[in-house]
Amino acid sequence: MSILVIAEHNNQQLNPATLSALAAAVELGGDIDLMVAGSGCQAAIDQASQIACITKVIAADHSACEHFLAENIAPLIADNASGYTHILAAATTTAKNIMPRVAALLDVQAISDISAVISENTFKRPIYAGNLIATVQSNDAVKVITVRATAFDAVEATGGSATVETLESVNDMGISSFASEQLAESDRPELTAASIVVSGGRGMASGDNFDLLYRIADKLGAAVGASRAAVDAEFVPNDMQVGQTGKIVAPDLYIAVGISGAIQHLAGMKESKVIVAINKDEEAPIFSIADYGLVADLFTALPELESKL
Amino acid sequence: MKILVAVKRVVDYNVKVRPNSDSSDVELANVKMSVNPFCEIAVEEAVRLKEKGIATEIIAVTIGTVQSQEQLRTCLALGADRAILVETDIPVEPLAVAKCLKAVYEEEQPDIVLMGKQAIDGDNNQTGQMLASMLGCAQGTFASEVSVEEGSIAVTREIDGGLQTLSLKLPAVITTDLRLNEPRYASLPNIMKAKQKPLATRSAEELGVDVSPRTQLLGVELPAQRQAGIKVNDVAQLVDKLKNEAKVIS
Ligand SMILES: Cc1cc2nc3c(=O)[nH]c(=O)nc-3n(C[C@H](O)[C@H](O)[C@H](O)COP(=O)(O)OP(=O)(O)OC[C@H]3O[C@@H](n4cnc5c(N)ncnc54)[C@H](O)[C@@H]3O)c2cc1C
Ligand SMILES: Nc1ncnc2c1ncn2[C@@H]1O[C@H](COP(=O)(O)O)[C@@H](O)[C@H]1O
Repeated sequence: MSILVIAEHNNQQLNPATLSALAAAVELGGDIDLMVAGSGCQAAIDQASQIACITKVIAADHSACEHFLAENIAPLIADNASGYTHILAAATTTAKNIMPRVAALLDVQAISDISAVISENTFKRPIYAGNLIATVQSNDAVKVITVRATAFDAVEATGGSATVETLESVNDMGISSFASEQLAESDRPELTAASIVVSGGRGMASGDNFDLLYRIADKLGAAVGASRAAVDAEFVPNDMQVGQTGKIVAPDLYIAVGISGAIQHLAGMKESKVIVAINKDEEAPIFSIADYGLVADLFTALPELESKL
Repeated sequence: MKILVAVKRVVDYNVKVRPNSDSSDVELANVKMSVNPFCEIAVEEAVRLKEKGIATEIIAVTIGTVQSQEQLRTCLALGADRAILVETDIPVEPLAVAKCLKAVYEEEQPDIVLMGKQAIDGDNNQTGQMLASMLGCAQGTFASEVSVEEGSIAVTREIDGGLQTLSLKLPAVITTDLRLNEPRYASLPNIMKAKQKPLATRSAEELGVDVSPRTQLLGVELPAQRQAGIKVNDVAQLVDKLKNEAKVIS
């Protein structure tokens, strides 16, 4: 078996989710190569080569890889796929954009968001917003897989010295181009990597009131998330949405404030180790999965919580 | 400009699904079925493009059982001009769906294909990307804003870090995210009118597509259920529990 993992990075740094995708590759067993495709990404390549569990870094540092456009990156991966039995990436929005395109080029059925490796061709994955877990067997020669990062513990980021092979030819397909981006700037930890997440829902009533959560998050070193209702109401930006169609988080502690607990929200956070719910409605479904529930008005509970931390 | 909208019949998002009696698949007997919510958003976007005078014709297409006609009728009531059912009896995977859509695309030659970013049954999030790949065209996935220009389309995408805007050459495949628009409800007169709109039925064989599955579902199970914990009396007790019992804060 021979596995190619596609690294996710911002040209400077690897995304920790890649270390979880590598953990799934280690469970599969066999040689693991890590592809780092980017533009001006030497720092990420250097970092990749230090990962102990990999044999080789396959590097493509090229302007056509800038902004990770699927139209350009997918053929690069597919063209360099020969000899690999598995191609893996962490299930981030970047990989979800690219990997099915790779699978189509290889004429295989991709397997999204695996949460467990059963064997070399059999995997578990959540379906129906995590309400069911499917066991799926792939009969394709190459398995193209995205990995749910929260389900695998990251591999060591250092201790190795892999060789680096450089790919020279990368095509710009010329059918898509980057125009602009609005990236969230925050000094707080990234949602999917944080060990504590504090999330607010429609109950927060306004974007300004999220300050109550930010202050608590800063005391705890936590990231701040939100329900879809809070994002739809424009209290906070979309990158904060936790759930079936937002981000999947599994921190040590998840504090849900003014969130009712719709299944689509639970899908994104119910694997958290400890769940706290603060809600004024004692019937709110969120309490049925919370380890600690506090029935209270958040506007009195949050300032008090902040002062006691 | 012609728009093809791909829609899927799925278990309604309000239904709490269960495994069937032998846990071989999801229990689908007597379960409410609907248009996948992301596909409704795709239909709505197409209708808005038509209302703006940008689109001239909207064709809704689905690959599925004969019952999927219901969902196509809903799309017709929402504003699609005609519909195509590619009828199959077996559940189709994203790769096979994309192949069927490619065949329909080649017959219809639309300028834009609008689809959902994911079907909420399998949560695969693959089909649009696969179709774009097979067509060798650009893709704008997870779209929260689209604006059609001369020969190109600007798509703002919801990505993990925030928002990204791409410019795509046409034809292109766009997959919708939740905030692209809020779908309308079909009015009664439009539901009546939809009954008269054309709905063609095709088969995968006729389109020359092999839809045989590449993966096998070995079974489904309920995830480990979380037990409800305790209710604390006040904030002080909560902090105490988190520090001394759960030991998740210090
Ligand atoms: C296809 C699809 C995908 C979806 N994906 C997601 C997703 O990824 N993530 C997601 O979150 N949702 C998602 N949803 C939406 C989901 O179904 C719910 O609508 C949403 O999660 C509700 O958000 P909420 O809990 O903040 O709001 P509500 O359900 O309105 O709950 C607000 C809660 O706040 C409490 N509250 C109000 N005021 C106070 C106060 N002063 N003090 C304390 N408590 C208070 C109320 O008691 C209530 O329980 C999706 C829906 C669909 C159809
Ligand atoms: N059987 C189908 N028929 C038509 N369109 C489909 C079908 N399955 C998936 N799609 C389209 O592809 C999108 C993504 O689905 P998926 O890749 O299965 O998550 C859906 O929102 C639909 O637009």
